[in-house]
Amino acid sequence: MRLSAKLFHILLPLIIIGCKREQRVFDPGSTGATPAGATVLNEVSAGQPPTQKAPLAYQQSAYTVAEGKRLYEAYNCVGCHAQGGGAIGPALMDSVWIYGSSLEQIHSTIVQGRPNGMPSFAGKIPDYQVWEIAAYVRSMSGLLPSDVAPSRSDHMQASLPESARQKEHPEQENQQPVEGPKQ
Amino acid sequence: MSDQRAQLVLETEPAESAEIRAERLARVWTEPSGFLGWFRAVHHTTIGKRYIVTAFIFFLAAGLLAGAMRLQLAFPEAHIMGPDLYNQIFTMHGSVMMFLFAVPMMFEGLSVYLVPLMVGTRNIAFPRLNAYSYYLYVFGGVTLFAFFFVNSGPDRGWFAYVPLSGPDYAPGKRADIWAQLITFTEVSALAVAVEIVVTAFKLRAPGMSLNRIPIFVWGQVVTAFMVIFAMPGVVIASTMLLLDRTASTQFYNPAVGGDVLLYQHLFWWFGHPEVYIIFLPGTAIVSTIVATFSRRHVFGYLALVLSLIATGFIAFGLWVHHMFATGIPQMSESFFTAASMMIAIPAGTQIFCWIATVATGKIVLKSPMLWVLGFFFVFIIGGMTGIFVASVPVDLQVHDTYFVVAHFHYVLIGGAVFPLFGALAYWFPKITGRMLSETLGVWSFWLFAIGFNITFFPMHILGLRGMPRRVYTYPAGAGWTVLNQIESCGYILLFLGVLLFLLNVWHSLQRGAVAPANPWGAGGLEWATSSPPVPYNFLDLPTVNGREALWDAAPDQPVVVGLHEDTREILTTRLLDAEPEGRDEFPAPSIWPFVAAVVTTILFIGSIFRPVAVSIGAIPLAIALIGWFWPTRRESARRRERDVWQKET
Amino acid sequence: MIAFLSDVPGFSGPQTPLEPAGPQALQIEHTLLLIFWITAVVTVIVFAVLTIGVLRRRVGGAGLPPPLPVDPKTERRTTWIVGGAIGVTVVLLFVMMISSFIASHRTAALAASSTMTINVYGHEWWWEIEYPNEAEPYRIVRTANEIHVPAGTVIDIHGTSRDVIHSFWAPNIHGKKDLLPGYWNDLTLEVDKPGTWRGQCAEFCGLQHAHMAFQIVAQSRDDFDKWFSSQLNPAPDPQTPQTIHGREVFLTHPCVMCHTIRGTTASSTVGPDLTHIASRTTIAAGTLVNNTGNLTGWIANAQSIKPGCRMPPNPMPASDLNDLVAYLETLR
Repeated sequence: MRLSAKLFHILLPLIIIGCKREQRVFDPGSTGATPAGATVLNEVSAGQPPTQKAPLAYQQSAYTVAEGKRLYEAYNCVGCHAQGGGAIGPALMDSVWIYGSSLEQIHSTIVQGRPNGMPSFAGKIPDYQVWEIAAYVRSMSGLLPSDVAPSRSDHMQASLPESARQKEHPEQENQQPVEGPKQ
Repeated sequence: MSDQRAQLVLETEPAESAEIRAERLARVWTEPSGFLGWFRAVHHTTIGKRYIVTAFIFFLAAGLLAGAMRLQLAFPEAHIMGPDLYNQIFTMHGSVMMFLFAVPMMFEGLSVYLVPLMVGTRNIAFPRLNAYSYYLYVFGGVTLFAFFFVNSGPDRGWFAYVPLSGPDYAPGKRADIWAQLITFTEVSALAVAVEIVVTAFKLRAPGMSLNRIPIFVWGQVVTAFMVIFAMPGVVIASTMLLLDRTASTQFYNPAVGGDVLLYQHLFWWFGHPEVYIIFLPGTAIVSTIVATFSRRHVFGYLALVLSLIATGFIAFGLWVHHMFATGIPQMSESFFTAASMMIAIPAGTQIFCWIATVATGKIVLKSPMLWVLGFFFVFIIGGMTGIFVASVPVDLQVHDTYFVVAHFHYVLIGGAVFPLFGALAYWFPKITGRMLSETLGVWSFWLFAIGFNITFFPMHILGLRGMPRRVYTYPAGAGWTVLNQIESCGYILLFLGVLLFLLNVWHSLQRGAVAPANPWGAGGLEWATSSPPVPYNFLDLPTVNGREALWDAAPDQPVVVGLHEDTREILTTRLLDAEPEGRDEFPAPSIWPFVAAVVTTILFIGSIFRPVAVSIGAIPLAIALIGWFWPTRRESARRRERDVWQKET
Repeated sequence: MIAFLSDVPGFSGPQTPLEPAGPQALQIEHTLLLIFWITAVVTVIVFAVLTIGVLRRRVGGAGLPPPLPVDPKTERRTTWIVGGAIGVTVVLLFVMMISSFIASHRTAALAASSTMTINVYGHEWWWEIEYPNEAEPYRIVRTANEIHVPAGTVIDIHGTSRDVIHSFWAPNIHGKKDLLPGYWNDLTLEVDKPGTWRGQCAEFCGLQHAHMAFQIVAQSRDDFDKWFSSQLNPAPDPQTPQTIHGREVFLTHPCVMCHTIRGTTASSTVGPDLTHIASRTTIAAGTLVNNTGNLTGWIANAQSIKPGCRMPPNPMPASDLNDLVAYLETLR
């Protein structure tokens, strides 16, 4: 039948490509759920290269970025960084990244803490949630595609939703190569 | 009414033989063939068949989804699927059944196919719009399933309350495709509604005054008006949801002055009439089949028509009964309880009239009549449980439990699916030219009817035992296990019943007995032409003398003469008394409806991802519409000729 | 008003509207049973008329009789019968409607005499319960998923949602009321005598709507006051090495990011208050009985029990987990 053949040819490629945007993994396994950085003795130094590669497509799933947004507020990142504009802590929605803008670098920053007040959340946030928060932080400066970044919030929101923000290309990234943490 | 009055022009040509006329009409009206020709079709029987087949395929798909749900619910704390997949499946089941099956089949499919035949004209009004509405419908449905197959199917329930479906709590594009599905199907339904109203009001056979219009047509006309008034509500609700999700509007954001209940009001303003949009065509079918198989005019024509109209009106005054638990004032509670109970009066009137017809007629118990009897038994139970949920205090206990799931399946399956199977059995000979097997028909009826009751009756009990709805699993100690398992077993019988029906259709298409023009000895005009109908519907456009055109026909019942038969010319008649009024020309087959539908689909889907797609997509749409409406020189010349004649007459 | 039996056979249990434990549920049950009996009798009569009609008027064989002419006498008589049936329908509808109005009025009338307010906040997918006290804020009790009430007292459940729409429903006690963000809704209830009943969220609220239940525990006034005072106390200090280490585990793991235990430094309000976790009979919003095995499994991997819920898995050495659970079980 003509109709069913047409349908098959439309749907097959879509099925094969799959849809990373809608990925939802609820149980990341014990590696993913171990509190981040729990076994590492911290040597805090600026601009370190990534400690590990992001295991899943955290930046491609709208669900993980939305979870990151929820955790950003639940774990009180707003207390220092406000809704991205910064207060005690630096702004996260601009193009200035003191310690790097890649997902892995943000992950390091959260886990290791940074000078001048960024606490270390090692041992306090499960690893997969740190990746989620890092992905959300990237969306705050418009670095994620608009169908993955969160849309308008159901609370009062003083700024544009993350999906509508202009992409702030990261500049002035600290590219000093530094050796990785000792195990 | 005499021959002379049916004439519109003085006959200039000598009377010709029927064969020559049939040949000429066939040349003018036959649908284009070939691959490209498939996309240019504009005749209502072609489009109607497509609607029926497509809607039935969606019915089967949603039925399979229901099977998956019953499998998961057959065991407490089952791990057959997780909550995410289950949420998508039950949302797809509800959305596909309501938006892609129920309305397109009961209203669009059946009316598009049958109404022009029943009123005695050659095609439905606005044929190209009809084609466009079908393509839009099928593209919307296919897109929904495409999203579902890539894990992006909607998962917030078929009515997708905010804020659960809003931008904060529904990440991704799942709720967006749900909202756009609404846009696809509602534009499609609105188009068909307009066509049905115009066809029924202006294209009737001479002599078919308002009190002689078949009840089926009345039912579809009332439904069409309900569609016109109700659909905009859901279009607004879903568009505002889409805007909230993609354009940062704040309609439903309580933190800045929006309101989550606004969504519910807008949705249910549509949602309640929607179920009557599904149910009224069912009653229309029942009136027709009961009359034919009781071998008498249906009892209480006036009461039935007034009940249809009353139901259509009252249906718009009930919507808050879906919101009894939201904290509305007591005065509202009382009003909507009263209205919700009041609608039982026209429904009861219809049932009593049909029972009266049965009790005073001669019953021929063929399978269409069996399905109608099934309708009685199932729908009446559903209507009774409707009184439970109409009462606020009782509703506050059973709302959002399996009791209400039982209620709406009894009224929807009883009120729509049973009549639908009856309609398919009844009109199958007309549509395909073959008779269905009576034995297979009886077997599929009993399997379906028994399976239905085994699956859905225990849900009343489950609801009264405290089981809420939309749960992907339930605890082992709650006392709900055995009933759930019985229900899951009942599904198997339902499945077999539908499977047998499909086998019946397939077998009959190959080897069924050839159907005569009127196998049931029925009275409607659709039985006055061949099975399947010729491409021009009737060789001579008929006139009517009573409510059942064929039963009440005079021995010398006149026909319409004088229309041009070398073009697609049809007769228009007056609204109240159907006296001939003028003539008009229907368009020839055209590719533009298909092109416009493709362009519209791209516009709708693109706008989910980039709102600017609406502006950009409007340009190709404008081009398609210009191509659509651009008249050919011959069409313009004939139109000028007709205008001159009509001014003179 | 005819008194119906309030116990319907086959419908007993802690989560059913047909075993009322309070005056509102009883009132509703009366209306429900009235509607049931009227509609059941009407249904049986209509089915009988239809069946008898079909059987008596049926013509056998394969033939199609010609259409019957319309007989004015039959039509007139039938009109009277149908008219009568419609009249009876209208009367019965009125009876059921009036019963409904009376039940509505009576259940609402109780609201005027409420003497205690309990705030309920719906969360995805648990219930935050607060016993407010404007005059003495240090006497506010916060707990989760378990509502203790004194039996015989009229209580106002004052509810809203912190995220999406939920619905508060304890069927043995009263009908449901939605918890809507941006609105406060009130539900007045009264439980006749001590006992425990189960309620469940009744508005689809996402992934774990199926596992969002709560308990209503009605107690005598004395027992309630005792419970209330103990809830006001902060968590007792751990005494044994195991429980001391357990508290250490609690304070150094992700637990503190979401939970409060008054008496320690943990004061986050993202998740339920755990100060008296061991006094609750269920955990995970009514999903699991609160015993050692369940608590341990829940902490180790909540996602395997309630996939999609807000609590992450907590992989840790088994000895740490055992100590943590031992500590939590001291929090009565």
